[in-house]
Amino acid sequence: MHANNQAEKIKEISGVNPYKCMKCGKCSASCPSYNEMDIKPHQFVSYVINDDVEALVESKSLWKCLSCFACVERCPRNVEPGKLVDAARQLVVRQRGMDYLQADEIPELLDSELPQQLLVSAFRKYKR
Amino acid sequence: MQRIGVFVCHCGSNIAGTVDVKRVVEAIRTEPGVIHAEDYPYMCSEAGQQLIAKAIEEHKLTGIVVCSCSPRMHEATFRKAAANAGINSFMVEIANIREHCSWIHKDVEEGTEKAVILARAAIAKLNLDTPLQPGESRVVKRALVIGGGIAGIQSALDIADAGYEVDIVEKTPSIGGRMSQLDKTFPTLDCSACILTPKMVEAAAHEKINIYTYSEVEKVSGFVGDFKVDIRKKARYVDSTKCTGCGLCQEKCPSKKAPSEFNRGLNTRSAIYTPFAQAIPNVPVIDTENCLKFKTGKCGICQKICAAGAVDYEQQDEIITREYGAIVVATGFDTIKLDKYDEYAYSQSKDVVTSLELERIMNAAGPTKGHLERLSDGKAPKNIVFIQCVGSRCSDGRGKSYCSKICCMYTAKHAMLIRDKYPDTNVTVFYIDVRTPGKNFDEFYRRAVEDYHVNYVKGQVGKVMPQPDGSLLVQGVDLIDNKQIKMNADMVVLATAIEPDPSVRNIATMLTASIDTNNFLTESHAKLRPVESPTAGVFLSGVCQGPKDIPETVAQAGAAAVKAIGLLAKDKLTTNPCTAQADILLCNGCSTCANVCPYGAISYENIQINDHGIREERRVAVVNNALCQGCGACTVACPSGAMDLQGFSNRQILAEVDAICR
Amino acid sequence: MSLNNEFKPKIVAFCCNWCSYAGADLAGSSRLAYPADVKIIRVPCSCRVNPMFILRAFEKGADGVIMCGCHPGDCHYSTGNYYARRRMTLLFSMLDYLGIERARTRVEWVSAAEGVKFSQTMNEFVEDIRKLGKNVRLEDLRCRN
Repeated sequence: MHANNQAEKIKEISGVNPYKCMKCGKCSASCPSYNEMDIKPHQFVSYVINDDVEALVESKSLWKCLSCFACVERCPRNVEPGKLVDAARQLVVRQRGMDYLQADEIPELLDSELPQQLLVSAFRKYKR
Repeated sequence: MQRIGVFVCHCGSNIAGTVDVKRVVEAIRTEPGVIHAEDYPYMCSEAGQQLIAKAIEEHKLTGIVVCSCSPRMHEATFRKAAANAGINSFMVEIANIREHCSWIHKDVEEGTEKAVILARAAIAKLNLDTPLQPGESRVVKRALVIGGGIAGIQSALDIADAGYEVDIVEKTPSIGGRMSQLDKTFPTLDCSACILTPKMVEAAAHEKINIYTYSEVEKVSGFVGDFKVDIRKKARYVDSTKCTGCGLCQEKCPSKKAPSEFNRGLNTRSAIYTPFAQAIPNVPVIDTENCLKFKTGKCGICQKICAAGAVDYEQQDEIITREYGAIVVATGFDTIKLDKYDEYAYSQSKDVVTSLELERIMNAAGPTKGHLERLSDGKAPKNIVFIQCVGSRCSDGRGKSYCSKICCMYTAKHAMLIRDKYPDTNVTVFYIDVRTPGKNFDEFYRRAVEDYHVNYVKGQVGKVMPQPDGSLLVQGVDLIDNKQIKMNADMVVLATAIEPDPSVRNIATMLTASIDTNNFLTESHAKLRPVESPTAGVFLSGVCQGPKDIPETVAQAGAAAVKAIGLLAKDKLTTNPCTAQADILLCNGCSTCANVCPYGAISYENIQINDHGIREERRVAVVNNALCQGCGACTVACPSGAMDLQGFSNRQILAEVDAICR
Repeated sequence: MSLNNEFKPKIVAFCCNWCSYAGADLAGSSRLAYPADVKIIRVPCSCRVNPMFILRAFEKGADGVIMCGCHPGDCHYSTGNYYARRRMTLLFSMLDYLGIERARTRVEWVSAAEGVKFSQTMNEFVEDIRKLGKNVRLEDLRCRN
């Protein structure tokens, strides 16, 4: 797959415009998994800008992200890096061709306090 | 004998907190000359001043000592109060018992003791005070503006609109300055020439404005309100009264190899030239270094073809002497030389250019007619790298320690314009910080990133290496991704630091206006008097004071104009009476004092003197009170002790020393 | 506390009106303490300080004299502090000859923005003078109380 297509795909899935990033690092400053990550959340954004999806897909970070969405919540420019991570994850999952959704498990997991997207992204990540 | 009143201020608890005010009053009652002493919570208040006035009247006081805050704070207040109460305003001494005493000491015993000593010193000085009368000096109702860029033009227009005559002195053949060299302006992307040329025309057409181009200030004497300035009007070799500006001479001139100053040396011009098409005045000058007539004596084509008969090879420099009340300095800036920055390969490759050169390349009247192309081979660049902070924020001695302020914005402008006009071109900007404080500035920069996808990389470029194929290998770092970057570029643009125009040094010396270590003119107060030089009557406009962009320059130019107008509106100025005086009986006319005087205030006269019955003619020093600023250099230099400073006389200072050491 | 027995030096500080006096004001408004032994005399410029004033201070029992002016190049009167610097250099070499300790006199350049420097300088200077003890060399004994 062409690298450029992948970066575009990530942007499309996540709905994120990485060019809005001003490299302040607040996402990384907020991230509870920072120490576990090889590509830090703020770098994640610039990797997408620089079309280096290969590195993202290989990275540990992709699976260390807790999908807590602290970065999404706190980003001063609404870049929402967590959604990029999630999109990259989805890209990988799709490539593996997994059946990642089992509808009957959802009602059990529902909690009115949780943002719906968190549930969906955690669901994708922890399936199997 | 003086009749002295001493007034001790509590300043609320500011003084009374660490100084026993009542004890100070009692302690100084017995000092020589003191016939009245009292304290009050706030001496500077209306009530406090009335209290002083009442005491002056009641006790027939000849002078007052106020023990209060710094004289830099309220000396003027108490002088005015004393004058209103009928005593000379210079019969007032302040003992600074706040800043120099109560605020720095904690122990009341210590503070009180020191306050008493400071009060005694002030009383001792006042005992020797004499009434002084401020003099008057005239104000010439005409202003001089040095520099014809946007700063100078704006200051001149504002002063002229207020109804005063203004002369602009510009060293190049046309007014317009750096702004005339710019292509577009941030953050609105207005065409620079489109907004500047109307101003140039307005200045040239203004009945109160007189423009001397191709001229330089040669000598300045005098002082605030009454400066005398020699202006050297360099020979143009073209009679501006006859020239019609047809431009035929420039066309026919056979010597066309001179580097064009206006295009930063990127192309050439003829030896007889106007710097640019919209030049004001539209009268060419002959550059004698490149003119064949001046070099070899043969040619003279321009004279032969000039239908108006304006070309005159015999023209001489002319010195014009004029008087001015106020001087506005607007000498502007230049970019620094890059000879110490080999790592950017500026001298090795034609495709490494400064941002100001890029302005000319992008401009339709520039060397490439506005087409973005490599100067080496004329090809369109596909990859352009911008490097920020070239020579700015460098404290290594090669560049400037300050931030040049305008580079972040013009780089965003250049990057955006290139991406807009040539969408296939990749633009990368290496930066340390992007600094965009200003109205709509950050939004502008963000547009470059978000809408135009200019690739901003946080990190510097270590090296630019010209490659055999003509490309440039740029080695930099991305500090966000923690990677060293090596990329090929077709063109590298350096955001070169700006520095004050080198001519400012000489001008500052002539005006005795101080400059800082970077050659920026110093303002009188960094916050509260930002457009005034500490030298009275000299005002600062534009980048000569510090880096700034066009709107800031225009704002400051207006502010400088207002200050100049405020001065010109006065009919007379009062002068400081604390000037030097020579005792003619002691003076032996040795000239030592005149040699140390920075103002040329001392001259010599032969006068008849009756020295204890011996009548003779002697050469003695005479101080011009209008010129003397009262520094006192002459008083110490005088070998015979004839020179003394009013208000700070030898006896007064010695009396203070005695009182402190008592 | 043996406050009363402690040596309290008499110190005269000449400060130019434009820089150092303002620097002292700033030290005051910033509440940067220095010993009360320092008493400031305001002069228009450091070049107004006649070496005679300094000798007179020693004669009258001062234990230390410090002169402060604008930084070289920043003089309000352009060149005053250059003259002052030369004069003081000459005076100090003469004081050496007289046997006055070098540390009893000092020249410092303090700008209007250097409240911290003013306070630090005065603290150091007073400390130096306290170490040296009383000045008796030049004192006119008739002036002693």
